[in-house]
Amino acid sequence: MRKIIFGLLAYLLVCVDVMAVSSDKALVAEGEYLATAADCVACHTAPGEKPFAGGLAFELPFGTLYTPNITPDAETGIGDWTDDEFVRALQEGISREGEHYYPAFPYTSYTKMPREDILAIKAYLFSLEPVHQPARENDIGFPFNQRWGMYLWNFVFLDDKRFQPDLDQSEAWNRGAYLVNGPGHCGECHTPRNIFQATQSSELFAGADIGGWRAYNITSSDSHGIGQWSEDQLVSYFREGYAEGHGVAGGPMAEVVEYSLRHLSESDLRAIATYLKATDPKAVGVPRPAVKPKLAGAPLNEDLGSKIFADACVSCHQWDGRGNQSPTATLSGLKTVSDPRASNLLGILLEGNPASSLPVNHRMPDFGAIYNDQELAALATFVLSHFGRLDTAIEPEQVGERRSLSLH
Amino acid sequence: MLTLNVNGTTHQVDVPGDMPLLWVIRDILKLTGTKFGCGIAQCGACTVHMDGKPVRSCVLPVQSVAGQEITTIEGISEKPLARKVQRAWLDHEVAQCGYCQSGQIMSALALLNDQTSINDHAIDLAMAGNLCRCATYTRIREAIKDVSESVGVWQP
Amino acid sequence: MKDQQVKLEMASRRRFLKGISAALGGLVVGAWLPPMAPKSAAAEAVAQGKASLGDSLADGFGAFVRVGHDGRVALISPKAEMGQGIQTGIAMMVAEELEVGLDQIDIQEAPPNAELYTDALLQFQATGGSTSTRYTWEPLRRAGATARMLLVRAAASVWETDSNLCHARDGKVFGPTGQKISYGELVDLAATYALPDDVILKRPEDFHLIGTPATRLDTPTKVNGQAKFTIDLDMPGMLITSARACPVYGGKVRQVDDKAARRVPGVRDIVILEDVVAVTATNTWACFQGLKALNIEWDYGANSKIDSAVVDQKLQDAIQRDGVIATEKGAIDASLQAASSKFEAVYEQPFLSRSPLEPMSCVVHVRDDGCDLWVGTQVPGFAQQTAAAVTGLKPEQVKVHNQWIGGAFGRRLDFDFITQAVRIASKVSYPVKLTWSREEDMTHDLYRPQYADRMTAAVNGEGFPVGWQHRIAGGSIFARYVGSLPASGVDPDAVEVAVDPIYKLDSLKVHFIREEPEVVPVSWWRGVGVLRSTFAIECFVDELAHNAGKDPLSYRKTLLAHKPRVLTALDLLASKVAWDSPVPRGRGRGLAVGEVFGSIVVTMVELSAIGEKGVRIERLVTVVDCGLVTNPTSVKAQMEGGTLFGLSAALFNEIDIKGGQVQQENFHAYRQLRISEAPPVEVHIVPSAEAPGGVGEAGTALIGPALLNAVNATFGDRVRRLPLVRSGYFIA
Ligand code: FES
Ligand code: FES
Repeated sequence: MRKIIFGLLAYLLVCVDVMAVSSDKALVAEGEYLATAADCVACHTAPGEKPFAGGLAFELPFGTLYTPNITPDAETGIGDWTDDEFVRALQEGISREGEHYYPAFPYTSYTKMPREDILAIKAYLFSLEPVHQPARENDIGFPFNQRWGMYLWNFVFLDDKRFQPDLDQSEAWNRGAYLVNGPGHCGECHTPRNIFQATQSSELFAGADIGGWRAYNITSSDSHGIGQWSEDQLVSYFREGYAEGHGVAGGPMAEVVEYSLRHLSESDLRAIATYLKATDPKAVGVPRPAVKPKLAGAPLNEDLGSKIFADACVSCHQWDGRGNQSPTATLSGLKTVSDPRASNLLGILLEGNPASSLPVNHRMPDFGAIYNDQELAALATFVLSHFGRLDTAIEPEQVGERRSLSLH
Repeated sequence: MLTLNVNGTTHQVDVPGDMPLLWVIRDILKLTGTKFGCGIAQCGACTVHMDGKPVRSCVLPVQSVAGQEITTIEGISEKPLARKVQRAWLDHEVAQCGYCQSGQIMSALALLNDQTSINDHAIDLAMAGNLCRCATYTRIREAIKDVSESVGVWQP
Repeated sequence: MKDQQVKLEMASRRRFLKGISAALGGLVVGAWLPPMAPKSAAAEAVAQGKASLGDSLADGFGAFVRVGHDGRVALISPKAEMGQGIQTGIAMMVAEELEVGLDQIDIQEAPPNAELYTDALLQFQATGGSTSTRYTWEPLRRAGATARMLLVRAAASVWETDSNLCHARDGKVFGPTGQKISYGELVDLAATYALPDDVILKRPEDFHLIGTPATRLDTPTKVNGQAKFTIDLDMPGMLITSARACPVYGGKVRQVDDKAARRVPGVRDIVILEDVVAVTATNTWACFQGLKALNIEWDYGANSKIDSAVVDQKLQDAIQRDGVIATEKGAIDASLQAASSKFEAVYEQPFLSRSPLEPMSCVVHVRDDGCDLWVGTQVPGFAQQTAAAVTGLKPEQVKVHNQWIGGAFGRRLDFDFITQAVRIASKVSYPVKLTWSREEDMTHDLYRPQYADRMTAAVNGEGFPVGWQHRIAGGSIFARYVGSLPASGVDPDAVEVAVDPIYKLDSLKVHFIREEPEVVPVSWWRGVGVLRSTFAIECFVDELAHNAGKDPLSYRKTLLAHKPRVLTALDLLASKVAWDSPVPRGRGRGLAVGEVFGSIVVTMVELSAIGEKGVRIERLVTVVDCGLVTNPTSVKAQMEGGTLFGLSAALFNEIDIKGGQVQQENFHAYRQLRISEAPPVEVHIVPSAEAPGGVGEAGTALIGPALLNAVNATFGDRVRRLPLVRSGYFIA
């Protein structure tokens, strides 16, 4: 009899265990999806190192930050963090030791996430292989190294509230709003920051500069934002990093596509598009250029810019800017070639679009190594005038400055 | 299955759509006159014509060329202008190792097909995307000039 | 004693030839090529390297000339065609002496009959060091002349007349009364005769082919896509393979996760070697995708801490030391003491990659009973040896089928990629074609070493050097290639030219200071040791002329009074560029001269300044005296290409190391001269009947110093480090 009871107990225990495992699995999968939506890996991985083991440098106006190891290694990662500690970190921006994080860590967005979602992410992170990799010391000068200052900052700028659905809006809008403002943290790059490095809610999604790149206006403005993009175009941009007539995602946005957006479900991408198309339009930033009538072919003048364009660029982009091999190389009609500051133009020339998981016709080599500031200034000037019809001369100093700016 | 039209022949190929045209031409269709030099559109060795214009097949996903007419170096010899170019290449002793020359000839031919007026500057603009490590540039220029003159489009 | 031996060998060679004649039909004459010509340390090292690989085969023939029954002449060439028109030159030499037209000659590179030819051809076959024309020129002519004499003798015996009354022309023998008979009808008879001992070569004034521009024999298939390079080959059952070696030289594979790679459509096998991971697949793209999908954990090893700055610093330190004395002539220390003034300068040259346009490629089929290699190589003998070493087969079980070479510039004197291909092929049952991506090719090249040269001159009252001390610091290619330095402790390649400068000096002391970079393997680069020393010397002499306030051309002439051929070349240059006429404002001209690879070269660059740092090349003129010219078209083409090849590197190129890894991965980061920046190269050939010199690398060696001297003349800025762009200049 005892034996039977024991057996039954054992059986029950096994069952419970099995159930725990399968719900664990679901939780981990959900966490993985949310972690992808939150693009944790992009920041918590140093080039050539193990994913999530941290160490990526962030060059910020006040110093250099290094992202921490978030693998479940007990000593150097987050292996012995409790649920509460993890939730507090994401919602309040407070570390286990009670120190305040700098808002380069987008807890000001993650705070919108409910506890369950955050714990799902934790479950996922804890399912990873622990990596022993000690954190690098941040290099922050006074007064920014005084973390207690962040207490004040949070008091003023942190809106420690979870996402609340708007019942007047559609389900898709609400899902989009959650993804964009919560895990997706789009506003962290696309909303201008004030002098305290806090995003300005009045300018939500109106576009901003980040590490020399210009994160464009993504409000529903027809002239400056994504108002004229169709939902399909937005979804294509999220999934392929390319939308016809709007170009290829470059710079940090290419990474967002590579590590995050392209892995999200079709319905979530449509939800994001729905939400963005319903944001308040703001007519600021780089206006969307009119598509030029067919451009003439090769230029007749022999300036340095057009020479370099002929050497290195024309194979893909063509003189008429319509793209040679495939429309992905179209330049005509892009914001990139009509921004008089040439932020993203110089960015892409200097850094290229190396994302190797993308199709070959989305990639672009970086030309920062073989062309100097004079040469790239001449090239950028040519591109702005030839494709953007802007008579803005880009000076070598601007290229030099752009070279020195980098997010990582 | 993708349908390709290469040198006037229709081919059915069973390859992933993102495979660059270059490798379809070389490895599947076994037309090896088109060369691989860099894979990033910086050397021009892989130049073929797509509906008559020169493209770098190494950065051209094969799925995007369906329905277009592809011409490789093996497919040009029927055309009188192409034969003139090849003749000029021999007369001017252009080739050294020869590896880049398929691409050079395809670019030169596209220029000659396209332009009604050719000068040194036009040659630079059209040929600058084609590297030659043996540096046969002096002769490439002379050969193109020669053909341009003979067909009456040289306008210095 | 020695003579006796040679006679014996000749006798056995004749028997050997008889065998070949019988086997192939027609008349076969071998050209017994001597070992590598001297005067090129690179060529010597290749010969020595062969010895170090345990090559114990006896010397054999280098080339064969066969006249067939149809009268056509087959020439089995010992030289790989890398694009220099070597084979055409060789054919011209044979045709000249054999009295046939160039169109009657068929060149065969791969041995048509392996039993008869392989061993005899492979063992000392190497193409490089600008030796081809120089070292084949006499024996080949001799072979052609021998065949002609035998054919004339056969005709004379048919006509029962004296062979002195007959002569050959256009593939026929003509008799005293106007009778004629074609070669094809004579070959069987001619083949029964013993080889004559006293072969008489034609006099240069009787040449009707040598010295005329001839169309290359190998080019028609290079303009219609039919020429097959290694990368183009296809064998039954063959798969493609591509490899990734540890990004840090000397590192190893720790572990590989190949799950994602195996899912790539077309991928067949993943081959994991100690330091390399390879993927085999049905097409090249699948290989590349498969490699990208591999998750490889490397053990980078000791080199992973090394950056370019470390290498720089080590060279800077080294150049302050004394080294092994490569040569000492006169009393330099006393000269320096007594000199009315001294001048010292340090010149630096970077690591360079060869990067031929065809990435490294090799087809291999390893079987239990043998191995076949199809590869474009400058050293088929080494290819055979390395394949034997990897597979454990005997060298004679390895067959090398040499292919067209899609550019080499020294790259295919190395056989690392062949070894790698054989290692991969040994792990699979099917033939494979190894194709490197450009990235793999550029980051796993062997690199022209970085060098620093410190030159110290004792200058007399008139501003001329009475002597100088030349310290050369850098890695040793010779030691890397052969296995160790010669007993002298001096790398003969690194000090070439430096130990025997063309200028008249009373005293000279050359130090070789070996400072191995370790972080990358070093190797030959077009122009080899000649280029490296010429760079330092020609910049230095220009500075001395400048310091003395003298015209750099007449200054050099004063120091070259003992070299009449060089003076002639300088004078020709001066007249071609109107050297004495004033240079327009904003322009400057730079000059360099050298006696290189048996040729004399003078190169002049004229620049104009566009703004502060913008450079425009206005004119590029080169004068060459390469002795007797076989094919002026080829000489011109080589001078043009070689000069622009050197210009490309002098302007733009430098390999950087970071964390032990080469930073330049493709042409977007390793800039190459394009047509839009390539000036026309004006080549002037000095008429000469002297023994032919090499031209394949001659132009390359002179352009670097000429360019920097022109920069000084134009901008008043003495740049002492290549490449030029490093100093902020750009092509405007
Ligand atoms: S291989 Fe396509 S451009 Fe180089
Ligand atoms: S001929 Fe050799 S690369 Fe052009």
